[in-house]
Amino acid sequence: MSDYLVLRIVGKFLIPYIMLFGLYVQFHGDFGPGGGFQAGVIFASAFFIYTLLFGLERTLSVVPASVLRVVSASGVLVYTGVGVATLLMGGNFLDYDALAADPITGQHVGIILVEAGVGLTVASVMMLMFFTFAGYGESKT
Amino acid sequence: MSGLGIWNYVIIVLLMMTGLYMVISANNLVKKLIGLNVFQTSVFFLYISFGYIVDGAGPVLNDGATAYANPLTHVLILTAIVVGVATTAVGLALTVRIKESFGSIEEDDLHKMDSSI
Amino acid sequence: MILEQLIDVFLLAFLAVMSIAILRMRNLFGAVMLYAIYSLTAASLFMILDAADVAFTEAAVGAGISTLLMIATLSLTGREEKPLKKSRLGLLPLAIVLGTGGMLIYGISDLPTFGSADNPPHVHVVPRYIQESPTEIDVPNLVTAVLASYRGFDTLGEVVVIFTAGLGVLLLIGGRRRREEMEVREEREVAADE
Repeated sequence: MSDYLVLRIVGKFLIPYIMLFGLYVQFHGDFGPGGGFQAGVIFASAFFIYTLLFGLERTLSVVPASVLRVVSASGVLVYTGVGVATLLMGGNFLDYDALAADPITGQHVGIILVEAGVGLTVASVMMLMFFTFAGYGESKT
Repeated sequence: MSGLGIWNYVIIVLLMMTGLYMVISANNLVKKLIGLNVFQTSVFFLYISFGYIVDGAGPVLNDGATAYANPLTHVLILTAIVVGVATTAVGLALTVRIKESFGSIEEDDLHKMDSSI
Repeated sequence: MILEQLIDVFLLAFLAVMSIAILRMRNLFGAVMLYAIYSLTAASLFMILDAADVAFTEAAVGAGISTLLMIATLSLTGREEKPLKKSRLGLLPLAIVLGTGGMLIYGISDLPTFGSADNPPHVHVVPRYIQESPTEIDVPNLVTAVLASYRGFDTLGEVVVIFTAGLGVLLLIGGRRRREEMEVREEREVAADE
């Protein structure tokens, strides 16, 4: 695919903006449409374009599959960790009021952390699934 | 109910039945999964239609709105969409393995091979 | 206002025609492409029904991820659906589908008015969410407030489901050792034949 000059140049131009848009959607989920799921999928699609343009080997050298596995597990861990932290601070499980002195600040902190965990897991799992499908059946040589 | 409402629900039932027909009667496994996704999308429509208010605004708080669309239905459908894609991904992985083990993903061939073992 | 309703009617008709086209298409690659267009039209219909978050997710996930994974599967299996040999257009699936569809259309007459503000979904717990949310959570997007705070358990379950699906795909077709195992098995069979 990297023989097509137009595709390669436009792709190289667009990929950072797609990643930036994904991060924007993630952090502005409080004020407009958005949130963890949409942001994770948009962020993963930047890597899909890179894979389609430059091949699976180069993408796996940029972000290896072992890193993605760790990131996806840590996303779930962040979410559950917020719940356990609220337990340790005296509230119920996932009761964000207990996270800070002021309940509303606690809610904001809780929502940002939880959406970050969701975004991490969704992005890394989508990438993992695509790399697994694309790399199936290739020999190691 | 207004004409638009009846048209809405009739089309939803039509989409549901098309998806169901694809799931029941398609021979190819990937076609079955596509039919399942068509069916799921029509169910999402049904829920969002329940949550719609005429002259209402989207569920983002702003000062000029009198009524807001129902956020609870939106949350349920968000979860359902993502769970649907997870199910589709596992189903497609199973299809790839079936193709590798049996050599075909047509249901007739699979029945014949399965009963002859 | 009348234009919005016209667009709504037209898009719904378009969606119905596309679903029947997906049903009739033999070439699987074409069916997947039509499914991507179907998903995108569904996303625009969600926007008309005031559901911005859901439209975002449906466009990204349905027209993006689902289509991509289906194309990846088709490149590993086959592109065409086999032609029907005998008259497998059996009467039973058609009868089931028409019967269920008839009963559902009969049930439409029992549904409350489309778009009215005192339908059952709007009167139980949702007014409490809408009124208490500025004082309790102070997040403008109501969907995020309900998703992450009021219904946080459901979202935890959802994240675990995605993680499990990733695990499932990895267990089923992860690792490139598949090809080497098949080659080793073939070599052993060839050696056994000799």
